[in-house]
Amino acid sequence: MTVQSPGEGAPLTSRRDAALLLRVALPLALFALVIWGWERYVVAFGVPHYVLPAPSRIAHTMVADWPLLFASLLQTLKTTFLGLALAIVGGVGLAVLLSLSRVVEYSLYPYAVVLQVTPVVAISPLLLIYMPQETAVLTCAWIVAFFPILSNTTLGLRSVDRNLLELFELYGSTKPRCAPPWLGRLISRVKALWYLRAPAALPYFLGGLKIAGGLALIGAVVAEIAAGSAGAGSGLAYRIIESQFRLNIPRLFAALALLSLTGVVIFLVMSGISHLLLRRWHESALSKES
Amino acid sequence: MRANGPPAATAQDAGAHDAASIVALRGVDKVFPNGVSALAGLDLDIGRDEFVSLLGPSGCGKSTALRILAGLIAPSRGAVVWTDGGDDTDHRGEIGFVFQEPTLMPWANVADNVYMPLRLRGVSRKAARETIQSCLSLVGLDAFAQAYPRELSGGMKMRVSIARALSLRPKLLLMDEPFAALDEITRFRLNDDILRLQREFGCTIVFVTHSVYESVYLSTRIVVMAARPGRVVEEIAVAAASPRTEAFRTTPEYADLCRRTSAALHGAMGQDEHL
Ligand SMILES: Nc1ncnc2c1ncn2[C@@H]1O[C@H](COP(=O)(O)OP(=O)(O)OP(=O)(O)O)[C@@H](O)[C@H]1O
Ligand SMILES: [Mg+2]
Repeated sequence: MTVQSPGEGAPLTSRRDAALLLRVALPLALFALVIWGWERYVVAFGVPHYVLPAPSRIAHTMVADWPLLFASLLQTLKTTFLGLALAIVGGVGLAVLLSLSRVVEYSLYPYAVVLQVTPVVAISPLLLIYMPQETAVLTCAWIVAFFPILSNTTLGLRSVDRNLLELFELYGSTKPRCAPPWLGRLISRVKALWYLRAPAALPYFLGGLKIAGGLALIGAVVAEIAAGSAGAGSGLAYRIIESQFRLNIPRLFAALALLSLTGVVIFLVMSGISHLLLRRWHESALSKES
Repeated sequence: MRANGPPAATAQDAGAHDAASIVALRGVDKVFPNGVSALAGLDLDIGRDEFVSLLGPSGCGKSTALRILAGLIAPSRGAVVWTDGGDDTDHRGEIGFVFQEPTLMPWANVADNVYMPLRLRGVSRKAARETIQSCLSLVGLDAFAQAYPRELSGGMKMRVSIARALSLRPKLLLMDEPFAALDEITRFRLNDDILRLQREFGCTIVFVTHSVYESVYLSTRIVVMAARPGRVVEEIAVAAASPRTEAFRTTPEYADLCRRTSAALHGAMGQDEHL
């Protein structure tokens, strides 16, 4: 709820600010505590760094190996966002096609499902045989991110108030004077799609996007790990595999930290976009998941 | 779609029956795909500037009749006859439809909801601004143009829905139990609003309701329907003077009409039980 009457605004806002502060401060405090405990533990028991490096050592490695790690981070980000972008284009495009034509829906949807239910880990070795490594990794990211967007958008495009659709039929479908009737039908369908189905589908699409953002990262990591043992990758997941081989555990931890940070940032960005687009009208803008 | 008889002949019949008729249902049957026979042999004339109420037990096909009039669904038999010729696609621009639920777009504010029919007509936002403004002030919602539907009460949403139906200046306004979910006070106020709107706009109204009192207060003619299958059992003309006010509710004429309408409705429901 973003709207409030001005009279009760001030106390409400300050109470909410306090709650927000607590929600940020509590997890941060817990994080600091865990890091501190970890550091104490490693120092106190003299745990060797190739078993469990101290947080300070990981931080040190992060700084020292930054050029290498940063390049890997960029690579992973590139794969993830490119995969996600392609998934959005493909998923939304296909969902729109499905909503416009039954023929397309019946012939294509089953394959989209097959693509989804097949675990990517099982496909990635095959992809690595047929494609250059970078393309294979990108394809994996795309495959896993594609389906949540497709299925959510399809569901959203269909979940329009029936009466609203009839109203559109009444007000929107003009008889084309010189064009064939099918063209008139198509035009009114496209109008309904643009004015009615698209906004109605937006919350569903954004829910799918939230899931897909995380999945794209997972897809990219899975493919890189599958590729890692064979080829010369450069993403963060590859760094992890490589560090494991070389027993460079601090660097492994540093890469892992960057990877989960990436996941968190992606999630926050998606939630932010969703909130910005829906806060005006959609009740579940904040609590919605799918 | 229109199986019985040449349309020209029925159109002539319509002319003979009522010179001022603008649209009529002629021998309309509606059988839904699941086998339910919603309407059988329904004849209904809508005259210019009339206020026709459809009254009848639940499930007697009032909504179905209204939807057929608007051309939203096609009759199984019979025809929708427009006195000036043409079919429903020619008249779509002249029809305003108000559903039982407000049916607003939750992502659009009040002004944009009212703008929707105009937008579909290709009217620019700029050119539509004045119309939107006047429609909103007709229903008393000027101050809420920028509000979103979820910020409105049920009655306000309904009034937005009515403003939207008015935005194209319809010649024929079809309303399906628009006030069914509202409290009596709001209902009475909206009743007066509707009558005032009709005077100001000069449109024809077909109004579905469950309330005997509402139908008597509003109508120039009450059409009582019976169910299974849906058909007209009685038509009651209400001749009371045009600018009706609260005072009308206390006249003997009003009481008498309510009694008659009530009796007709009971008759319609009784027939239902006999079947
Ligand atoms: N889409 C549909 N498919 C099948 N049967 C339908 C459909 N719509 C309505 N019916 C049936 O047609 C009959 C008439 O329905 P309709 O909605 O016109 O009734 P109504 O008079 O408007 O009732 P109410 O006053 O309760 O709104 C009902 O028996 C209903 O079951
Ligand atoms: Mg109904």
